[in-house]
Amino acid sequence: MSFETPNVLTQSPYLVQPVSVTRIMLKVLLALVPGIAIYAWLFGPAILVQLALATITAALAEAGFLKLRQRPIAPALADLSAIVTAWLIALSFPPMGPWWLIVLGTAFAIIVAKHLYGGLGQNPFNPAMVAYALCIVSFPAIMSQWPQPLSAGGLAPLDQITAIFFPERIDAWAGATPLDHLKTTLRLATGNDSLTVQSILKDHTIYGIGGGNGWEWVTLGWLIGGLWLIQQKVITWHIPTALIAGIGTIALVFWLVDPAHYANPLFHILGGATLLGAFFIATDPVSGATTPRGKLVFAAAIGILAYLIRVFGAFPDGVAFAVLLLNMCVPLIDMYTQPPIFGEKHRGKA
Amino acid sequence: MWITRDEFKDIAYKGVWKQNTSLVQILGLCPLLAVTTNLVNGVMLSLATLLVMALSNFAVSSLRHFIPYEIRIPVFILIAAALVTVVDLLMNAYLHGLYVVLGIFIPLIITNCIVLARIEAFAAKHPPVQAASDGAMMGVGMLWTLALIGALREVIGSGTLFSGIDLVIAGAQPLHLMPADYPGLLLAVLPPGAFIVLGCMIAAKNWIDARQAAANLNQPAPVGAAGSH
Repeated sequence: MSFETPNVLTQSPYLVQPVSVTRIMLKVLLALVPGIAIYAWLFGPAILVQLALATITAALAEAGFLKLRQRPIAPALADLSAIVTAWLIALSFPPMGPWWLIVLGTAFAIIVAKHLYGGLGQNPFNPAMVAYALCIVSFPAIMSQWPQPLSAGGLAPLDQITAIFFPERIDAWAGATPLDHLKTTLRLATGNDSLTVQSILKDHTIYGIGGGNGWEWVTLGWLIGGLWLIQQKVITWHIPTALIAGIGTIALVFWLVDPAHYANPLFHILGGATLLGAFFIATDPVSGATTPRGKLVFAAAIGILAYLIRVFGAFPDGVAFAVLLLNMCVPLIDMYTQPPIFGEKHRGKA
Repeated sequence: MWITRDEFKDIAYKGVWKQNTSLVQILGLCPLLAVTTNLVNGVMLSLATLLVMALSNFAVSSLRHFIPYEIRIPVFILIAAALVTVVDLLMNAYLHGLYVVLGIFIPLIITNCIVLARIEAFAAKHPPVQAASDGAMMGVGMLWTLALIGALREVIGSGTLFSGIDLVIAGAQPLHLMPADYPGLLLAVLPPGAFIVLGCMIAAKNWIDARQAAANLNQPAPVGAAGSH
């Protein structure tokens, strides 16, 4: 093999590597792998099937819509952004939901939330969270069914695949998420003082040692991947830190006031989609805030809203709605948090 | 004082397509969002609005020389409100089941800006027959739009068509277009669904108009043909 002459000659100093969308998206996908591996190990292969379904749907929807829009297909598919969206959708949907659920959600995210707004870089809302909102609003029952880990009596691997493609052949395999279960149990026990958060967490096996039996380890996977993304400078520390601080602070306040009825901050940080949202969803560079101070405001507000929605709202988790609501505020946040231009002593004044 | 064929064609084209209340003027969104959860509701509310618009345009146009310019808006509203009350009572008497379903949206026709807009923009400046045609044709434009939105939302949202038809025609049954285990896409029935369907329809109309314009550009109109609008 001979060495190929590069088409473009670059000159010194060789300090900065060119940053491409493909490179960033590839790193995000890589960062998701540890969490996915733990997910598949503990809960079975269903999630891998969902990831494949979402990926295929996203690629087809992206290609089809680019063709309709008379845009080049290959470069847009190669930038992998649709695949990142697809994976985030698969990871936020119940792993054994019927096949049409993930196909519908992914197609809606790519076509309506991404391409109708102008494609990559133009969408005001996070496409993955639009898919989640569509499905949780339309099919709340299916979207609230989450599995047990394999070790705790979860469905056998083959039955999991059957559940995805022939949902009518498998019955009674799933329950609520830990967050959902805690909320429902507390609401049913209104007036019964003997039932406290501590006793509920102790009496039911689904809670495990952190955010839920099995889920705490998956969450650890998101944390590892997220920290690697910060180290790789794909994302900055602002959004994850502020989001976790936001949800932690409000959870701490409620917990200190009434520990019998509000779970501790750690439960809310490790439970639900908090860490996945903090590192992978709220950090979307297109729909999120862009200025450093803006990112802090944006993410802290997501954390607070997510807590309020998941504790006082009707839906199992609040991260998706919090992200969508704050996506709407991004232009306002960015306008008021412009950093001073180099040379300015104070904002706007020389 | 009668209306010529061309005049009517012009009014009809504007009402049904070019100045369509829902797709171009984007007026009357409140009933559009709340009522078009199925085809029957959308059609019946549009028919009620059509009736009000035709009658109020005719009445205002007949009285236009007697209404002092300075207080015309309150007078217009009074005339239209009286006619809305007539339609409201008629529906209560003869289509009571549907009246209960549509509820507050029948009396609320008076607050629909399209009614006052057509009175002010058209009826106050044109003779009665033209004004009544304008009201009716704007109503027809609203009718087909709301019918289409209602039908799409109903089929996508719950898999049926013509549900609630028994409130209008006794004994009639709705159609079931989807398999029996169709779960229904609840979002289509909720207000966001109305916005999404309306947005797609506006896009479709703009697309058709753009194609039309491109076709007209390629083939210059014959000399002496009626000017395009």
